[in-house]
Amino acid sequence: MLDGLRLHPVVKLVAQRIALGILLLLAASVMIFLGTLVLPGDVAQAILGQSATPVALANLREQMGLNDPAWQRYLHWLYAALHGDLGTSLSNGRDIATQIGSRLGNTLFLAFWAAVVAVPLAILLGLLSVRYRNRWPDKLISTLSLASISLPEFFIGYVLIYFFAVRLGWFTSVATIYDSMDLWDKLSAIVLPVTVLTMVILAHMMRMTRAAILNVMQAAYIETAELKGLTQFTVIFRHALPNAIAPIVNVVVLNLAYLVVGVVVVEVIFVYPGMGQYLVDHVAKRDVPVVQACGLIFAAVYIGLNLIADLVSIVTNPRLRHPK
Amino acid sequence: MSKELEYFSKKVVKGLMDRRAFMGRAAALGASAAMANTLLADAANAQTPKKGGHVKLGLGGGESSNSLDPALTLSQAPYNVIAHIGDQLVEVNSEGGLDNRLAEEFSSSPDAKVWSFKIRKGVLFHDGKPLTSDDVLKTMQRHSDENATSGALGIMQGIESMRAEGDLFEITLTDPNADLPYLMADRHLRIQPGGGFDDPGNGIMSGPYRIVVDEPGVRHTFERFEDYWDDSRGHFDTSEILIINDATARMSALQSGQVHFANLIEPKIADLLSRAPGVALERTQGRGQNVFIMHVDTAPFDNNDLRLALKYAINREEMVEKILRGYGTVGNDIPVNASYPFFDESIPQREFDLDKAAEHYRKSGHDGSPIVLRVADVAFPGAVDAAQLFQQTAQKAGIPLEIKREPGDGYWSEVWNKQPFCASYWGGRPTQDQMYATAYLSTADWNDTRFKSEKFDDLLMQARAELDPDKRKALYSEMSYMVRDEGGLIMPMFNDFLDARTDAIAGWVSNPNGDMMNDMAAVKCWMA
Repeated sequence: MLDGLRLHPVVKLVAQRIALGILLLLAASVMIFLGTLVLPGDVAQAILGQSATPVALANLREQMGLNDPAWQRYLHWLYAALHGDLGTSLSNGRDIATQIGSRLGNTLFLAFWAAVVAVPLAILLGLLSVRYRNRWPDKLISTLSLASISLPEFFIGYVLIYFFAVRLGWFTSVATIYDSMDLWDKLSAIVLPVTVLTMVILAHMMRMTRAAILNVMQAAYIETAELKGLTQFTVIFRHALPNAIAPIVNVVVLNLAYLVVGVVVVEVIFVYPGMGQYLVDHVAKRDVPVVQACGLIFAAVYIGLNLIADLVSIVTNPRLRHPK
Repeated sequence: MSKELEYFSKKVVKGLMDRRAFMGRAAALGASAAMANTLLADAANAQTPKKGGHVKLGLGGGESSNSLDPALTLSQAPYNVIAHIGDQLVEVNSEGGLDNRLAEEFSSSPDAKVWSFKIRKGVLFHDGKPLTSDDVLKTMQRHSDENATSGALGIMQGIESMRAEGDLFEITLTDPNADLPYLMADRHLRIQPGGGFDDPGNGIMSGPYRIVVDEPGVRHTFERFEDYWDDSRGHFDTSEILIINDATARMSALQSGQVHFANLIEPKIADLLSRAPGVALERTQGRGQNVFIMHVDTAPFDNNDLRLALKYAINREEMVEKILRGYGTVGNDIPVNASYPFFDESIPQREFDLDKAAEHYRKSGHDGSPIVLRVADVAFPGAVDAAQLFQQTAQKAGIPLEIKREPGDGYWSEVWNKQPFCASYWGGRPTQDQMYATAYLSTADWNDTRFKSEKFDDLLMQARAELDPDKRKALYSEMSYMVRDEGGLIMPMFNDFLDARTDAIAGWVSNPNGDMMNDMAAVKCWMA
């Protein structure tokens, strides 16, 4: 059918990728649901805790519909979710969509600023490494960034807190942000977590930039460019980088996904109200609707970002853009 | 020098040191008499409540799944939230007695079966409506409803009827209970308009602060409720609770002055913290218990000799020293201690005695197969280490204890109250009656040692109906001996509550019923 419409192959490829993404998302939702079933204990027990009486437990289970079969609960949820209704939290009766809205906003805010700092810095440092390959700037950059990725993030966090919040008092260690703060206050609150996140993701992207460009630098056309008298940096920036963009984008996107879905430790240390902490709290309470919703959003972010990486590779690759 | 002088001046104000002694110390430290007098005056001024300021509490024990519904509160942060915004009929004070709050007075019939509370007039809810005895009645109905999910359901039992008339609220019990007013002090039983039937989580109650921002698991902010009936409370203009679950983050927030209070201080850093400048460690000897519990109806724990062998094989002093770092007191295999009213302090302390342990173990005739003790970090802080200490000392008495580490997730539903031998904790209860009725009565849901004795149940009921203090004390003493010598409780230690505050805060009075002055820190303290 698609052939009949004579779609441009890129459009067809994109459509395929998106369809696959949706399928993957559906599979992920089933997996998450199965995962929550395997957890020991149930939501009623988790809510009432050690002080639960059998009567209160039975009442709560009845009230929450926990006595229905699992597949029925899953289909019911999926149907509502497709209509934009994520349901209400079992543990505190609030609307999940509103709660997740602000949490997701915070997570994206932190991820955005960390990315704004880290991505250009990583690529710049990668370019510098190539320019001064095997000389002291290259070695210094590699050593420092590898050292920072090797330290656990909570350690870096605590060290920064100790010096910059407790000793010097320059920045706050409590990065809680809320709506009534203006942008400047918010930014000053997240200086330390952004620094930690930058240090954690910098090395990966920097090393990949360096490796990808070095790979291209072996090519004959680079030699041509050098021979025609271009400066070293112009060669790297104008001729090598564009052809190395696909692997770099892949790594950048992986790290962006990490910034959205994997920063719970940083959130806890800096008391940042993001998605990670929200999810962990509700897993502990067996609050299945919230866990499902968060899982779905995380999966969507991951799949979506990887989709973008794929598309960028396609668009920047002439062979894929103009097949045959 | 000044820090020392400051410390002494506070002691004078608290009545722990007389003025003459203070002046002597001041002179010894090289301060002039005038300077010493000024210091003393400052310290005394700090004891007079001052209005104003914005207080910040950095609290662990809060989650984004929390609710403002008092019935559903279960951890420290929400307890502090509802203490800001709500009031009970009565409150347990720091001496263990009762203070009247929304009840102006209470009285009982001579047989302690009918209790009536006179409800205070002129109390307003945050929405401006007056609080009536009908609101009290409805609140109690909501928490005692069998279909309810209230954390107070366990104590709201044995009620025959309740009624409200004029400014009187009356409870008629099926059986006499001399401690009923103490039950009304339960932290879940905060009075809500219309009992909170319509919208239990809307945060409208009658407390000294009203809620402004409610972001569970992140922060809660409050402002003073100007129409509050009691001027001796709610001194801060505004208050803010920040949820900081990470212990290190909580400490750094306190040390860098971003919060005024922090709760749940880990014993291992308490010493360090008490030496930090500008910060005061507040230690409260409490009723919280770290315990190992055996099901007395399950083999091999159905053998009392084996139980006694285990009880003698645990080194309580060592555990207090190593697990609680000295911030606690040794237990005596009974769930109550001297901080409870009517406690018999003459009950001898059970000592660590390997010979007796070995002897009882031999008498029990146990086949030598490993005795499995289940434990997880969530059972109590340091539970796994404590179990290992227990294993080592038991080993010396020839008792083969085997530790099985369980996941913390699901521990309370899968292990506690299900497996025959595990680690656990109990928060205290305000009275001995409640402690025993919650966990040692044959019919109690949480009888986590399966201790079932008709004689014990009878004694409990007798003591409950007994209004004569001496007789009550004797009855409780007899019950304590039964649990100590026949029960399934191995109780190494009572842990202290450890909180911390900056020295910008004045008015701290520890309350053995709970940490953070039994949740009242922001309600009762003020800016120094």
